[in-house]
Amino acid sequence: MKVKVLCRNPDDYVRETTRDIQRVPRNYDPTLHPFEVPREYTRAMNATKLERVFAKPFVAALDGHRDAVNCMAKHPTSLSTLLSGSCDGEVKVWNLPTKKCVRTLQAHEGFVRGMCARFCGTSFFTVGDDKTIKQWKMEAPGYGEEEEPLNMILGKTVYTGIDHHQKEGVFATCGQQVDIWDEQRSSPIRSFTWGVDSVSCVRFNPVETELLASCASDRSIILYDMREATPLQKVIMNMRSNTLCWNPMEAYIFTCANEDYHLYTYDMRQLSMPIVMHSDHVSAVLDVDYSPTGKEFVSASFDKTIRIFPEKKSHSRSVYHTKRMQHVICVKWSLDNKYIMTGSDEMNIRLWKANASEKLGLLTTREKQAQNYSQKLKQKFQHHPQIRRITRHRHLPREIYSQRKELHVMKEARRRKPEVQLMCSERSGTALSPSKKKLSNVPSLLVSFFLKCKVLLAHHRS
Amino acid sequence: MAKRKAKASRVRSESSRRRSKAAKNSTQVMTYDDGEDELLEGDDDDAVISASEEDEGGSDDERKHRKLLEAISALGGKKRRKLAERSEASVQVSEFAVSAEGAGEKISLSDLLGAMDQTPSAVKSTKKQLQNLESCKDTLELPLSRQETEKIQRKVAFEKTSKDVSQWESIVKQNQRAEQLVFPLNQEPSGPKPVEHVVVGWKPRTPLEMEVFSLLHKNMQPINDPLLTPMEEASLKAMSLEEAKIRRAELQKIRALQSYYEAKAKRERKIKSKKYHKVLKKGKRKELLKEFEEMRNKDPAAALEELKKMELARMEERMSLKHQNSGKWAKSKAIMAKYDDEARKAMQQQLEMNKELTQKLALPPESEEEQEPEETEVVPDFANDAQAAADPANPWMMGKLSAEPAEKDCGGDDKESAVENTQNEEEREPEGDEEEENEEDVLLREFDEKRKSRRPDDDALAPPFQVDKEETEGEKKEEPVCVSSEDEHEGEVVSEFKSLFQKLLANGHESTVNKGTGQDAKESDAEEPALLDEGLSRVRSLEDVDELLGQGLVREHAEDVAEVKEKIPTTAEETKNERTDKRKKKKILDLNDVLTRDAKVISVPLAPTAIGEEEGEGDQRMLVQEAFAGDDVVADFLKDKKKRVEAGKPKVVDLTLPGWGEWGGVGLKPSRYKRRRFRIKVAPPPPRKDRNLPNVIISDARESSVAMHQVSQLPFSFEKPEQFECSIRTPTGHTWNTQRTVQKLTAPKVVTQLGSIIEPITRDSLDKSKAQTRGKKAPDIVLASAGAEGQGPRKGRRKAGENNARNLRNPRRRAIKRTK
Repeated sequence: MKVKVLCRNPDDYVRETTRDIQRVPRNYDPTLHPFEVPREYTRAMNATKLERVFAKPFVAALDGHRDAVNCMAKHPTSLSTLLSGSCDGEVKVWNLPTKKCVRTLQAHEGFVRGMCARFCGTSFFTVGDDKTIKQWKMEAPGYGEEEEPLNMILGKTVYTGIDHHQKEGVFATCGQQVDIWDEQRSSPIRSFTWGVDSVSCVRFNPVETELLASCASDRSIILYDMREATPLQKVIMNMRSNTLCWNPMEAYIFTCANEDYHLYTYDMRQLSMPIVMHSDHVSAVLDVDYSPTGKEFVSASFDKTIRIFPEKKSHSRSVYHTKRMQHVICVKWSLDNKYIMTGSDEMNIRLWKANASEKLGLLTTREKQAQNYSQKLKQKFQHHPQIRRITRHRHLPREIYSQRKELHVMKEARRRKPEVQLMCSERSGTALSPSKKKLSNVPSLLVSFFLKCKVLLAHHRS
Repeated sequence: MAKRKAKASRVRSESSRRRSKAAKNSTQVMTYDDGEDELLEGDDDDAVISASEEDEGGSDDERKHRKLLEAISALGGKKRRKLAERSEASVQVSEFAVSAEGAGEKISLSDLLGAMDQTPSAVKSTKKQLQNLESCKDTLELPLSRQETEKIQRKVAFEKTSKDVSQWESIVKQNQRAEQLVFPLNQEPSGPKPVEHVVVGWKPRTPLEMEVFSLLHKNMQPINDPLLTPMEEASLKAMSLEEAKIRRAELQKIRALQSYYEAKAKRERKIKSKKYHKVLKKGKRKELLKEFEEMRNKDPAAALEELKKMELARMEERMSLKHQNSGKWAKSKAIMAKYDDEARKAMQQQLEMNKELTQKLALPPESEEEQEPEETEVVPDFANDAQAAADPANPWMMGKLSAEPAEKDCGGDDKESAVENTQNEEEREPEGDEEEENEEDVLLREFDEKRKSRRPDDDALAPPFQVDKEETEGEKKEEPVCVSSEDEHEGEVVSEFKSLFQKLLANGHESTVNKGTGQDAKESDAEEPALLDEGLSRVRSLEDVDELLGQGLVREHAEDVAEVKEKIPTTAEETKNERTDKRKKKKILDLNDVLTRDAKVISVPLAPTAIGEEEGEGDQRMLVQEAFAGDDVVADFLKDKKKRVEAGKPKVVDLTLPGWGEWGGVGLKPSRYKRRRFRIKVAPPPPRKDRNLPNVIISDARESSVAMHQVSQLPFSFEKPEQFECSIRTPTGHTWNTQRTVQKLTAPKVVTQLGSIIEPITRDSLDKSKAQTRGKKAPDIVLASAGAEGQGPRKGRRKAGENNARNLRNPRRRAIKRTK
């Protein structure tokens, strides 16, 4: 005889702890629970309000550098470690949970121009104004030992940037040219030049690991393949790009931070036209870093703010600033997607939450569920005017606010100009040519716009 | 690939060459000069390529140069250390022991061919060829310039890499489309892996392992539960078959018997004949009596005990209210008793039972009664539930009232019942009828008294209450109708509200959408709107948020008002007409009349009898009444509605001008003709939706307070207003959905874990996705339970449990398992 047993998963009816509320079977008859839309709307409204109230992104400031922080590097295997190099040649290793500097070393004379950690996390490389590349051990030297680099390579010219290969013992430096180095050799295994006198940034593609991209001072972005003898492709923009960053989840996408206040996301197969132009900054964008999920990126700007952009959106979803934060020179997104680190002119490194209102730490299941639900509600009612207004409201310092306004006015004027001209001209019958095509690379409009801005800024400062 | 490899090897050779060079000029180990090296490299390359070709041309110059150098060094007088130079022997020294003196001079083809002419042995055809060659003056084309070659190289290389990179497109798109992405990607589930997974990936290497595996494979040995091979299991099954058969037969027998008895009992229970039951009872009683007699003869102790039992039963009966007609059932019967003889009878029976049980046993009992069988036949179980607080409105409970109808109504009935009773009792008790009746009365009276003693205030209450009831009865008759119709209307109103609301929404969308598309056409050229409203104000608390909303309100209000004006009355007319037709059928009373009629004021004496709580309630009601003494909410509402109706009616436009074509002056009215001509009547608006709903005001106007919260433009990515509405209408919360659904609905798109490093996507995932599309390759070792591979640990566990249970049931099999 067979006994059939109804089998249920205990997770469905057993509460997690004795303190938890007992599960009660519910009657889901819709007539018993009327007004679902208004009720959910109210919940969504509350959730949005709370989100704004709890949006406190600033976590900590790491104080200790004696000059502006010029570059930073993430530790590839340890989330709690951060490396930073300053303009006085000092490199500091930070422990983020304790917010303490665990190690300081005088790496270079003059600026530390760039740094990167080896993929295994055992050592890191720095380049400086003293024309050297130095490799350092990640661990601090033992008691009584001298702080000495593992390796040092003396070059002829200044290196302005460095990046390490994702899997092999190969790194790339940039300066007058882009060099590919083997860690074991004292000379580069390959160097690339393409009619440029200086390259400011070079980055390995984290996915297609043999590819590189660099930003040069002749306003170009150049792509390289480590295996090829020549560079691959070049695109010249209207303004110089400061840095670029590859998307860690999409092999062919990269974003560059430009001097013309914008960021441009390119598909490397189609360099003639950027996919998206990200604009919100009111001054040159100095650094950019993708979140490890590849869904968002953060940009640091000369206008003393950092902004977080969704990957393919032209406007930022969030802006962070503090009164004391000056020009933000470098920015990094932590490898667990939860924090953002910024290094700025006033010698501080700041730690921010990537999601301003997110509750960090361990969450119980019910908390998590509630969070998910409120997120969903916010998303569901995002188009409702009141909710939209609350979610979108951000505070900006007065300077940036006024600059934004100014820029907006200028942009509007520029947009209107051809229309007005046409209106005033005699042959008003001719149709307006669609101006959308002008976006290619950077519209020439932007240059004039930029110049105007410069003048205005100068005026503003004086 | 091959190309790339070749390239790699070239790189390697190059680097090795460079290394050797570095070894040569050892002064430059650390200090490294790129530019120079580049130059050197170029030279080197040239040397490699062209050394053999143009050494003749260069050697003359070289010689001169060397001489010059020597002369210079001789001039200086000092002996300079000669630089160590690498030189090829073949250039300096001729192989054929000819001095290399004239090596530099250019040799033309004709010089060489001169000798050819002189040799007669040369073939004519070759001569001709040579002549042709001589006459042909074309030179080879120059190789492309470096820039151009590089350009081509770059182009080729770029195409190749972009092709390589495009491989990722599929996985990128897949990730974009994914419902949920959990980072880090390709996580392995934590915890121990199930055995199947481990084993599947494992390959036997040593011969011993091979042997073992082949054995296991042959036997189809499962890895985990059940531990028996199919063969073994089959044999076990065979063994247990007979047992199983026997057991099944037994069970079948039992079941058949059971069902037979059940059927029998059911049949007997269903027999309606009273006589039959009586006979049955009688028989039972006789049997019992017989038994008792026997018992008395055989062992008096047992009989005594029986007696005691009966005594106990009496005591219990006296204590309980079981048969005192105080239960739910009794109450319901009491209500019915007025009209239903059966009910009355049943009640009486109950009382009889009570009497019977409480009677003292003077004599050695002849009738031995067990109440249960009878009870179950007559009264359902719930009838005997004791009730603490009886309803004061229940006449049956009021003692006298309850007694009255039974006595008054019909003597005949009573008699009949009495006859019945006597018939019943004649058999067990040889007592007189009158006595019994008296006793009954006495009992009833007692009962009443008991009630009264329990509620001493009831007497005082009863008369006025009764009067009240009668007064209100007239109304009650009317009210139910009214209420029901109202209820219906309420239902309708709700539904109507819903439909109205939706229509309103839809209309709003349509009008705005049209407008929106117009705007969109204009604005499509413009950029994507900003995601943030950046301002100077900070939001720190909830108050700030509200303030923020206030600001927004002022701004958006104006727009909304403008929109409202554009709204057109809806097409609700037709549907409304239909509905009104329906309603006409339903409607019996004019609801307006019902509502507006003055309520009949009933003076109810305050019931002091009520329990404390009720008193409090009454107080509160009084308080509320007092507080709202002046308010006539209903009248206000009606007035308000009337006003709205008036406002909604179209006004007659009067365009008459005095004096035109007529006499003018004070007190003169324009003529009838003129009035008819110039007073323009506007077509009546569609009938109001609430005209049949007296307690409802339906306003078609869009209210700005609501509009503030409504979406005025169809958001992007929605094509129709319906889509958007649908997305809003489906609730996501746990109030409306089961937990599982909520979890599914609210699952976030990107999940990251605090403290886990997210690596960039790797080639493995690309390969994996490719493999998935291609179909999985079968593992090398397939074991018997490979079918259970996909099962989670839970399922496996359950299976194990089942197995255990089966084993417990079958001890023999368990033993076998143990021996194995």
